[in-house]
Amino acid sequence: MSALPGWVRLAAPVGVGVLIVALWMLWVDVLRTAPRMLPSPIAIGTELGLRWELILGDVLVTGTNAVIGLLAGALLAIVFAGLAAAARPIDGMLAPLVAALAVVPIVALTPILNGMFGASNQFGRQAVAAIAAFVPVFINVLRGLRQTRPVHRDLLRASAATGIQTFRVLTLPTALPYLMTGLRIASSLAVISALVAEYFGGPADGIGTAIATYAKSGRAALSWSFVAGAIALGLLFFLVTSLLERLVTRRAPV
Amino acid sequence: MTPTPEDSAPAVRASGVGKTFAVTRGEVVALTGVELEVRAGEFVSLIGPSGCGKSTLLRLIADLDESSIGTLEVFGKTPRQARLDQDYGIAFQQAGLLPWRDVAANIALPLELHGVDAAGRKARVAELAELVGLTDFVDRYPDQLSGGMQQRVAIARALAERPRLLLMDEPFGALDEMTREYLQGELARIAAETGAAVVFVTHSIPEAVFLSDRVVVMSPRPGRITDVIATGFDGPRGDALRESPEYFAKVTEVREALHGAPVERANER
Repeated sequence: MSALPGWVRLAAPVGVGVLIVALWMLWVDVLRTAPRMLPSPIAIGTELGLRWELILGDVLVTGTNAVIGLLAGALLAIVFAGLAAAARPIDGMLAPLVAALAVVPIVALTPILNGMFGASNQFGRQAVAAIAAFVPVFINVLRGLRQTRPVHRDLLRASAATGIQTFRVLTLPTALPYLMTGLRIASSLAVISALVAEYFGGPADGIGTAIATYAKSGRAALSWSFVAGAIALGLLFFLVTSLLERLVTRRAPV
Repeated sequence: MTPTPEDSAPAVRASGVGKTFAVTRGEVVALTGVELEVRAGEFVSLIGPSGCGKSTLLRLIADLDESSIGTLEVFGKTPRQARLDQDYGIAFQQAGLLPWRDVAANIALPLELHGVDAAGRKARVAELAELVGLTDFVDRYPDQLSGGMQQRVAIARALAERPRLLLMDEPFGALDEMTREYLQGELARIAAETGAAVVFVTHSIPEAVFLSDRVVVMSPRPGRITDVIATGFDGPRGDALRESPEYFAKVTEVREALHGAPVERANER
């Protein structure tokens, strides 16, 4: 891969994108054999241009739910991972709970959460995003907190470091890249969960709600332009967390 | 060995020291009946095959493990007190640098842990970088350094608190022969300049003979000291020493001590 010149690495994905759009237009606009719910990319683009304010508003609603869920889930995960790393019994108590959380179809909890906290607020969706984000962050941070190398632990003991100092100069920096990996995985999960949770009720806003509404009423191009908004939101989350991860993992362990 | 009058307490004094590790079935005797005294400023190597307890003995002195039996003193204190007082510096086979800290911050780590202020740390780091010849590399990160340079950073870090005792566990074990010889010369110079006593674990006979005032020969199952050989070399260590007949004689003496009997070559039988 690295042997390819720079322009090829940029041109290759762009070429694939152009090719897909060309085939798509050929199918929809020239052959006219595409299903009715698959409009031409031009129609989707036009809707995107016309209704961008509407789309942006819903992207912000879903995005806010995802951010709140991601932060709350990650924070809880860090606290619980810290407790689990500090004491074996706590780890033993949490392990089956986390395993259960990992296999539960989390978005399917939304109707229950809406029933518990009321369908008129966003809490159910945020809670779903938080639960989805919790698992990868917890698993990665717990692993990261256990990655300190024996030679480093010996060094700090030999330097008469206190427990708090050892945590600050060794355990925490060692775990940080793992936290970032967990956050990167969790960010996509949080967006997907917040969006899909909208299909299960709650307030009448958000991208998921809009896609479902317009698809039902036959406005294919508008639903697809909301899908484009969802993709943009997911990419934004992924890029931001990937960038954070890269900043933190610049220094590979020796 | 009797301490010279000006030394109030020897750097290390071990009497009847033993260490047993509990394993699933019973226990393993890693070290038994160790009698050893290392004078202040003396360079002592521990040499022996794998499992002879040389690293275990070093870890006991460093208070990284606790002895099961016997008394062990470092500058007349318990190893624990000596560790808390930072009477020794330590270097391992792996440099053990923190990859997210640059060379200066790695060297300054012990100073930082003991509350030395930024200006004091900076001055001391400059001195130490000079001492180990890394002045131009203080802002590099460990992954930008060769193995030999990383090991020099580790030695500078071990010297940061001006310890009177330097504990080294095969610090050059993972390096190539040329780097190794160069760093041996450097270490001999640094030990002489700082006046620190050194306890040096190695499995290289030439290395032990070149560096040491005394070579402690150890043997496994159970780990114990079988011989102590004084090299009797005076003055600075250099390439001349490596090529001298006295040096070869001592290498042979240590080798024979390690094998438990004079080594016979087939054509001399």
